[in-house]
Amino acid sequence: MNLKRFNWEPYLLLLPSILYLALFFAWPMVQSFGLAFRTDDGQLTLAHMQRMFNDVGFTKALRNTVMLIIAIVPLQFILALIMALLMMERLRGSNMLVYIYSIPLAISDLAAGIIWFSIFTERGYLNSFLYSLGVIDKPFLFLNYQTKWPLVAIVLAEVWRATSIVFVVLVAGLQSIPRDYVEAAEVFGAGWFARVWRVILPLLRPSIQTALILRTILAVQVFAVVSAIAGRGMTVLANEAYLWYREYRNPHLAATYAMFILTISLITAFIYLRALRTKEEMIL
Amino acid sequence: MKQKTFSRRLIGRVLAYLLAILIALWILIPIYFITVAAFSPKDVIYSWPKSLLPQTISLETLLFFINAQYVLDSLWNSVKVALLTLVISLVIGAPAGYALARYIFPGKDAFRIIILSTRAFPIVILSIPLAVTFMQWGLYDKLISVALLHVAMALPTTILVTSSVFIGVSKELEEAATVFGCNRVQAFTRVALPLALPGLAASAIFTFVLSWNEVFAATILTIQNRTLPARMFVQLAASPIPFRFAGGFFILVPAVVFMFFIRRYLFSLWGITLK
Repeated sequence: MNLKRFNWEPYLLLLPSILYLALFFAWPMVQSFGLAFRTDDGQLTLAHMQRMFNDVGFTKALRNTVMLIIAIVPLQFILALIMALLMMERLRGSNMLVYIYSIPLAISDLAAGIIWFSIFTERGYLNSFLYSLGVIDKPFLFLNYQTKWPLVAIVLAEVWRATSIVFVVLVAGLQSIPRDYVEAAEVFGAGWFARVWRVILPLLRPSIQTALILRTILAVQVFAVVSAIAGRGMTVLANEAYLWYREYRNPHLAATYAMFILTISLITAFIYLRALRTKEEMIL
Repeated sequence: MKQKTFSRRLIGRVLAYLLAILIALWILIPIYFITVAAFSPKDVIYSWPKSLLPQTISLETLLFFINAQYVLDSLWNSVKVALLTLVISLVIGAPAGYALARYIFPGKDAFRIIILSTRAFPIVILSIPLAVTFMQWGLYDKLISVALLHVAMALPTTILVTSSVFIGVSKELEEAATVFGCNRVQAFTRVALPLALPGLAASAIFTFVLSWNEVFAATILTIQNRTLPARMFVQLAASPIPFRFAGGFFILVPAVVFMFFIRRYLFSLWGITLK
């Protein structure tokens, strides 16, 4: 075996992926900058940016997106943590539970939107249920966009659909915590809450970080579920990007919105990385 | 004292089961509702108040959906795009996954980090510049353009997943094969590949579902040749309610079925083993 000879094999194997990602991932990012900060004849400009900030749709879309993130991410995190901790209890049939809990991983945001629309619509299942309980005597118009109800429906749909990914990440993290630590805490008299709060959560920090970053980034792009539930009554950032591209035929503004979404994503990722620093990273 | 801790344990167990079942119901009940809606005839869907139990089971709504204009075409388009995405990302991604699993080389960690960080970049930002580029290339409104973008989205996951699949296939087996006279390529195709096949299939199914579900890019990149979610999305506001329910059900079903098939791998894919 000749250790000194340079081994090209791994690089050859990586080459197709690198080329592909350069062409269809990195290059479009660069082009996106171009679209957002240049005019049609190639001049640098901030005009698109100004136009976006002054647009009526922008303020609404930003407000709705931020409200959705603030409502969705903590709820998902708490629910996923409960689900993951339940898996630690070694319940009977937990394989079945894991399958059920991960079903929503495969459900598209559009399908989730339609499903929750069927629940919240005027003659939907929620109204029917409330009627059978005698709470209401005629259908209540939940999806009236002058109320906060469409927002509630969207939050529920997103929590329903996308908690699974947080669950999977947290279960993966829990599996890597040695059981001895938890059992040791138990021997020294720590109750369930103390064990979770003082032992499990600190050790789970890297997974929590990953899960929160992943979820917030996905929540910034929330799109089809909003239209499926609230129709045109409510807009979000991704929806504005879509409208500017498709309806108003202005790729510059659409790209500017996309850049804005990217910026928010990167900022939130950075905040989580700072706020939940793990020991090794503290040195940096 | 002993009696007390025992009863506290028991209460804890009962609470855990109750909670676990409640969460399972929270996930299953909406799926149940859309299924009931999809199998109800139109007049039941429009009726008030609705029964929460299925009344008359009929295929009327589903057939109405299937026979609607463009629906079958876009269903077929979705399948084609998802298959293209799956094949391209496996052909390109699996070698990279294999390299990450088997070799130690300078730049390996950097490559891993780049792959991981692509997840921080939203799909929304790829779609718009690519739409402009594809228009210049004459690929706009072609299914391949949607597939190419879906590959860009799926490739990082494919690389990481196939890498963990190949890590699961023992390196010693491949080395043994070379001892018995196979060359490097034969050792891979005759020993490692067959062993990795189930895991690779699971990864492929996952990619299929990813592409099948994707709405934004598909809507931006096509006008005529729409995939099913894209078709549903643009028509949604103008569609009658039974059409929406049947459509939602149609997008949902393959995803849930596929998930059932990869449920075992789903967790080994992310390094989780449940005992």
